Amino acid sequence: MDPLLLLEQAFNGLQFGVMLFLIAAGLTLVFGIMDLVNLAHGSLVMIGAYLATALVAWTDSFLLGMLLALPATFAVGVLVEVIALRTLYRRDHLDQVLATFGLILFFNEVVRIVWGPISLYSGLPSYLSGHVEIIPGVPYPVFRLVIIAVGLLVAGIIYGIVAHTRLGMLIRAGASNNEMVGALGVNIKSLFTLVFALGAVFAGLAGMMLGPLTSVEPGMGEPLLILAFVIIIIGGIGSIRGAFIAAIVVGMVDTVGRVFLPVLLRAFVSDAAADTAGPALASMLIYILMAAILVVRPRGLFPARTG
Amino acid sequence: MVEPVLRMEGLCKSFGSLIATDDLHLDIAQGEIHAIIGPNGAGKTTLVAQISGELRPDRGRISFAGREITRLSVAARSALGLARSFQITSIFPDFTALDNVALAVQAHAGHSFRFWRPAHGDAALRQPAGEVLERIGLGARANEPAANLSHGEQRQLEIAMALATEPSLLLLDEPMAGMGRDESARMVALLQSVKGRLTIVLIEHDMDAVFALADRITVLVYGRAIATGRPEEIRANAAVRAAYLGTENASLDSAADANA
Amino acid sequence: MNRRQIWLTLITLTLFALVPPLTSIFGQPFYVDLMARIMIFALAAISLDFILGHGGMVSFGHAAYMGIGAYTVGIFSYYGIDNGFIQFPLAIAAAALIGLIFGALSLRTSGVYFIMITLAFAQMLYFLAISLEEFGGDDGMAASRSKFAGLIDLNDSNQFYYLVLACLALMLFILHRLVQSRFGMVIRACRTNEKRMQALGFQTYRYKLTAFVIAASMCGLSGALFANLNEFVSPDAMHWTRSGEIMIMVIMGGIGTLIGPVLGATGFLLLEEYLPEWMEMFMTDAGEHWAIVMGPILIVIVLFGRGGIHALFARKWLARGNGHG
Repeated sequence: MDPLLLLEQAFNGLQFGVMLFLIAAGLTLVFGIMDLVNLAHGSLVMIGAYLATALVAWTDSFLLGMLLALPATFAVGVLVEVIALRTLYRRDHLDQVLATFGLILFFNEVVRIVWGPISLYSGLPSYLSGHVEIIPGVPYPVFRLVIIAVGLLVAGIIYGIVAHTRLGMLIRAGASNNEMVGALGVNIKSLFTLVFALGAVFAGLAGMMLGPLTSVEPGMGEPLLILAFVIIIIGGIGSIRGAFIAAIVVGMVDTVGRVFLPVLLRAFVSDAAADTAGPALASMLIYILMAAILVVRPRGLFPARTG
Repeated sequence: MVEPVLRMEGLCKSFGSLIATDDLHLDIAQGEIHAIIGPNGAGKTTLVAQISGELRPDRGRISFAGREITRLSVAARSALGLARSFQITSIFPDFTALDNVALAVQAHAGHSFRFWRPAHGDAALRQPAGEVLERIGLGARANEPAANLSHGEQRQLEIAMALATEPSLLLLDEPMAGMGRDESARMVALLQSVKGRLTIVLIEHDMDAVFALADRITVLVYGRAIATGRPEEIRANAAVRAAYLGTENASLDSAADANA
Repeated sequence: MNRRQIWLTLITLTLFALVPPLTSIFGQPFYVDLMARIMIFALAAISLDFILGHGGMVSFGHAAYMGIGAYTVGIFSYYGIDNGFIQFPLAIAAAALIGLIFGALSLRTSGVYFIMITLAFAQMLYFLAISLEEFGGDDGMAASRSKFAGLIDLNDSNQFYYLVLACLALMLFILHRLVQSRFGMVIRACRTNEKRMQALGFQTYRYKLTAFVIAASMCGLSGALFANLNEFVSPDAMHWTRSGEIMIMVIMGGIGTLIGPVLGATGFLLLEEYLPEWMEMFMTDAGEHWAIVMGPILIVIVLFGRGGIHALFARKWLARGNGHG
């Protein structure tokens, strides 16, 4: 096994992990505080990506476009919460699942109408499209390093907010005991809107950074949404720390597993069998991990809710 | 003394820094009504949860009918003959009163992996269920959906369900909760009618009911049993009087007067 | 289940039975396939309703079992075994086995966790199917229609149609009995208050798991039929949106009503079929964007349409006479 390849894949896994964390962070807070199952969270990833692509084209500046896309996604988050989701908090989970499923259909179609059904490819400016050698002999794309840096920075900011601010205190209180927040005399409505919109921004940010890596297309957030679910299950609902650790683990295991599992299997079975079973097993790896954790800790690694 | 039905030895349970049960030793004798009282936050609910099996104690052991049950599940304890009622009325509102009780009968009529015959026509369930309903005074309401029963009737139904499992020990978690005077009196009469046939552990705030029913009383304060004894002993106990301040004190006195 | 529901069920099944002769009179054979498709999804929907509506288990991965049923038929067909007497029982058994594994793990949790975990497991199978290059990977694989030697010929679309109808009717009858049995009482009561059931002495986990496996195996049957209908199997059959659609059919039709999900499947698939056409009437080329109408329709149904299509019928049509009989 090539240690340099392993290192490169570990970086890819880290990059994927922080990206997943951005998506899972908002989702786990919304679960934890509002007790809302929001399938449309993946749509926010997509909306962020489209808004960024459009704004980059409009401003003709990558950086400016990205920066403008953040408040734009925040605004979308506020709108979605106020118009659609607010009425769902008091409904049961089944209603929430279905209504937000309806939202997904709606958003995907809106995007299709506005931007067309074809994938968009947004390029990178020259200062981000190069490679640097992380260690001699291993060139690594600058943009992926930027993603890791931004992701870790935002993770730090989220942690700072949750651990050290009044908003964070309310969020933590809400995640462990819903009624307590109301008892503190806080305007719950605007707290919920704020938390949701912040979650939307994080998800949108993930989408923005994902755009140049893959392609921007309708429904692009949905596979990520399900991975975010896996992360929340592993990490424990409402726990930012759990989401972060689980996201990194899932990102690493998935990325590294896909590359090395077939290689690993060759040591035990025939090449042909390894080539068939390898990718199949690799695609199931994180779910098997989830199942294993579930057996030991049914409420995840760091359950925030006490009751 | 004969072997107690239910025995708690050195039971401890804490949540973080909050100690809910503190080295509790308690024996419940065969056939008695044993009331457990105490001010709010004394750890009554936690104790009920440990006896019924919802919570595992941190330390100590619980034995029931001579058998250790500390690690058994809720359902397994119920199968051994430990039935309970809930503080929050826990009936099945969509089902009729008879269905509710029949379900309780079904719980102890072997396994329920019976997929074909309609349970509604099953005399093996309906008949005993009907008898329990009659005994408890709800016979006329058997075919009424449980949701339509009055609060007091629902509380009665709750007890009926527990009785229908033919338990040897009944754990009653505030059976009088939310009841008016008349309803309480009817519940007291009901419990008196089953007295002696089975052992009852009664958690209750209504002191009139407690002093009317209990053979023995244990007073719980901050998770500790500060006193256990016959009602008149408890009434005279200085530590108990000190623990019950204000309104609770008044109710203790009035109950004493009522029984004097 | 009351008499009103039984009547509604019988009427619906009779109407389904009349479809092939009517379409041949009007020369519209296309409808036979559409209606067969509707009944296959109805089968999946009633199986989901058993655990969702009666058991309160919000399983968001039901398409997985349909996919397993379909892939079982497809894989046998790939290896040249097209005997339906082998394919169908094994499709059901495979779905039951996977249901047992997934159910055993998922039922350790409840609430939101349960929703997410069932979804995640289904998605795992979806990715597994994609990674199986041998069986067509992403593109899926062809599957010839099953042979039931001497009994029926599935290549005849009318015979196929009546097989599907028979399966649907049989499963409705089985579920009708199941819901009212001792087992059914336990499942229904678990939905209302599982804690109470445990205090009564029921080992609820075992009963819920059994119900989960029953639902999975019924859904496996619908998958086997689905593979036959399309003569094709692909990972799309297991995509999570498919699970969502089956769930929508249940809610649209009326949860916990037995016949409701059948009406819901009919309503949903007819909408999917005709909504684009209706939209074209208002605006050219609007049809391809039917989802922009479908999405809000769903939200409106969830927010305001308690009881679904079933309640509509129950109120408007058969309200006279026996209420809760």
